Amino acid sequence: MKRAIFNDRLLPYLLLGPQLIVTLVFFIWPSGEAIWQSMLLEDAFGGSSRFVWFRNFERLFDDEGYWASFETTAIFSIAVATIGLALALLLATTADRSLRGAGAYRSLLIWPYAVAPAVAGVLWGFLFNPGAGLLPYYLNLMGVAWNHQINGNQALLLVIAAACWNQVSYNFVFFLAGLQSIPRALIEAAAIDGAGPGRRFWSIVFPLLAPTGFFLLVVNIIYAFFGTFGIIDALTKGGPARSTEILVYKVYSDGFRGQDFGGSAAQSAILMGIVVVLTVVQFRFIERRIHY
Amino acid sequence: MATLQLKDVRKSYGSLEVIHGVNLEIADGELVVLVGPSGCGKSTLLRMIAGLERVSAGTVAIGGKVVNEREPKDRDIAMVFQNYALYPHMTVFDNMAYGLRNRRTPREEIEVRVRDAARILELDEYLERTPRQLSGGQRQRVAMGRAIVRKPAVFLFDEPLSNLDAKLRVHMRVEIRRLQQALRTTSVYVTHDQVEAMTLADRLVVMNKGVAEQVGSPVEVYERPATTFVASFIGSPAMNFLPVSVNGESRTLTLRGGQPLTSLDSPSPAQDIIVGIRPEDIHLQPNGQGEAVRLVVGIDLVEVLGADSVLHGRLVGSEDRIMARLPGIHRIRAGESLPLFVAPDRFHYFLQSGRRMAQQ
Amino acid sequence: MVENRPWLTVLSHLVLLAGCLVIVLPVWVAFVASTHEAATMLRPPAPMIPGTHLLDNYATVLFEGFGQASRVPQWLVLFNSLVMALGITIGKIAISITAAFAIVYFRFPLRMTCFWLIFVTLMLPVEVRIVPTFSVVASLGMLDSYAGLIIPLIASATATFLFRQFFLSVPDEMAEAARVDGAGPLRFFRDILLPMSRNSIAALFVIQFIYGWNQHLWPLLITTKESFYTIVMTVSRQANVQDGVVQWNLIMALGILAMLPPVLVIVFMQRQFVRGLTDTEK
Repeated sequence: MKRAIFNDRLLPYLLLGPQLIVTLVFFIWPSGEAIWQSMLLEDAFGGSSRFVWFRNFERLFDDEGYWASFETTAIFSIAVATIGLALALLLATTADRSLRGAGAYRSLLIWPYAVAPAVAGVLWGFLFNPGAGLLPYYLNLMGVAWNHQINGNQALLLVIAAACWNQVSYNFVFFLAGLQSIPRALIEAAAIDGAGPGRRFWSIVFPLLAPTGFFLLVVNIIYAFFGTFGIIDALTKGGPARSTEILVYKVYSDGFRGQDFGGSAAQSAILMGIVVVLTVVQFRFIERRIHY
Repeated sequence: MATLQLKDVRKSYGSLEVIHGVNLEIADGELVVLVGPSGCGKSTLLRMIAGLERVSAGTVAIGGKVVNEREPKDRDIAMVFQNYALYPHMTVFDNMAYGLRNRRTPREEIEVRVRDAARILELDEYLERTPRQLSGGQRQRVAMGRAIVRKPAVFLFDEPLSNLDAKLRVHMRVEIRRLQQALRTTSVYVTHDQVEAMTLADRLVVMNKGVAEQVGSPVEVYERPATTFVASFIGSPAMNFLPVSVNGESRTLTLRGGQPLTSLDSPSPAQDIIVGIRPEDIHLQPNGQGEAVRLVVGIDLVEVLGADSVLHGRLVGSEDRIMARLPGIHRIRAGESLPLFVAPDRFHYFLQSGRRMAQQ
Repeated sequence: MVENRPWLTVLSHLVLLAGCLVIVLPVWVAFVASTHEAATMLRPPAPMIPGTHLLDNYATVLFEGFGQASRVPQWLVLFNSLVMALGITIGKIAISITAAFAIVYFRFPLRMTCFWLIFVTLMLPVEVRIVPTFSVVASLGMLDSYAGLIIPLIASATATFLFRQFFLSVPDEMAEAARVDGAGPLRFFRDILLPMSRNSIAALFVIQFIYGWNQHLWPLLITTKESFYTIVMTVSRQANVQDGVVQWNLIMALGILAMLPPVLVIVFMQRQFVRGLTDTEK
């Protein structure tokens, strides 16, 4: 806590004003609206709506499509998180070895973070485009018929690949920072104790990296849940046959395309609950990390 | 130039009072050192003078005017902080000029004052550098420069030397004293280092637990410490304290083991009192005129410092711990017992409460 | 490394090379496509060697526009993206740094309430509350405007926390020295705190610029006039054209243009980027 403080009465409110106004108008109000709307049922022709308590939620939980979207989201986010983290860890540990050209590798590996998810989706869509793409042509030669516009599993694979590609540099930066903060003397002590590179990794490096890894796990799940909207929208629009419709995309498509405002709002409310849980987990963890 | 008066100054945080009414009059041009262990309230007191902490009760007056409600900038003070608080992105010149600029001092005047200060502090060559590019001692001097360019009524120093290494600290201590004597600016200096306090101060304020235990010149405080706390805080190694009992009519003092020590000239107000002996008042021989008290000490450790040696041991009989500081090198082995001598006029007498006994 | 094992070094190089290859492949294919004629694109497989139509394609995209979604010259769309990205970046930094200043250096009623209100925004990504946010912005008449593109996205808990964290690490004495030097709160902010924050500002700038530039859903929803389209949303609109011939060469040129500015920012401000990334998450 600061002891050096100024005594003005009005000034702090003026300084906080812009942030607070933007927050209230564009965050708190719409979120309140979402929760309110989640309890309203709009009649089919628009105009009138009535308050129905939790009917929208009940309707949602009775809807197999919603559960299917849950399942898709689970598969998608677990895949994105594990593959993205594993690849990033592999690349970071190899880049951390003081190799010749390590700096160049690093530069080459970090820039995909700058590519918008939507653009990443378009790039991967082109790469795998059944008509014009490079890879389907060779896959066909190998006997694999690739068409993610028809085949739901292939579509899911593709969005997972694009999401990992987009996120791997983020994980890479954190793992590399984590690796570089491990004191050199520890590694050297282990080497003197007779541990080879593999053993050193599993017995020294990996445990010390675990906090970073856990933190990244939460961030990656949040990313897979919400940050991949652009990839889905640009690549598959949730299709084919809703096979890549993750929860956050369903909020959008039910709300804007399906005009089911009550249902979409109920989904928003549920997602907010999920973010709250994830954020709390993340912050509890960060509190620990400060002490460590 | 100004005087500084504190009248019953108190500070509380909520219901917790941490400064319990300090009274102090500082004359124009005087350097007063607030000294005490950490947490004694010396820094809080200084910050109240600066206006960085509110005064909960009492008054602070600078140049005869009560400044309780004035902002720091309106008190005509300058302050040197423990960590210097130099603005990291500004050059040495700008660091010193910042306060003047905020006061709309004319540009030429700023230039003159900063150059003057830089010359006095031997910073001429460094004016265009940033604090990052300076050594600890140079940074400290910039912090001083920032204070002196302002030509304030009062300088406030908050442990300005404690971030320097031992050698540099001695050097800067001397420089600060010279500077202050040249400028003759009223100064308040906070430190926990008793050597710094003794060497710098015109007058000392020894603080303990939010109370000014003694105010006086360094010699006064050393020669006649008002309490056992002051006696143990000023002087190194710290004063020895021997609990003794006063033998009624004869006014004889006896140690816990029953050994008689000396006799008091006047009646004691209490049965049990404390005799304080400075380690440097203990000798191997009963030198000089007059009687000397003989103490037999079992030695358990000898620290040879070169210029003198410090003996650690216990009085044979009473088992009181005692330290003696003897000039020169002494090859005394641990385990030996030897007689040591103290002139009784070097004794300090304290009551059980810790207060110095009157008259003695 | 602690010991010298040649095979391990070779293996490391191989892993890294493979990684770089996978990372680069989609972008290389896109770039190559953007240098060929439309006709080449219709004969699979897509080429791997650059063609000769680079200038033609990019000139077409930038100055003429093409297809259903990009009938206006795309330099305008790039300009919109730049306005949006800079607006969001500067807006976020400006309102966050002042908010953090208020929270750290002042004590006032409802201080903690304000702090929590800002904190809560962390938990509400725009995608989650998209429908009601859209209706709020619509009811404020901010559709098809720069204000609508920028202002709803400038609240930032992460930036506020980053600055708060930084301000807490600034020694108390800095503000006290400034007070003794006669500086009031605003002057202290301008003369001392702001210059001291420049590293944090640079790091945040990189992160937020990328965030702003890469917005997709928001501009997609609130713009109906092409003169307010941004590049990222245009790319995905173009790629999803339902009827007619898909002009992959031009779409890929558009895609390259869309990713170039943020990629350049990362490449040239790598240090600030890494710092920004690791700091904002603390």
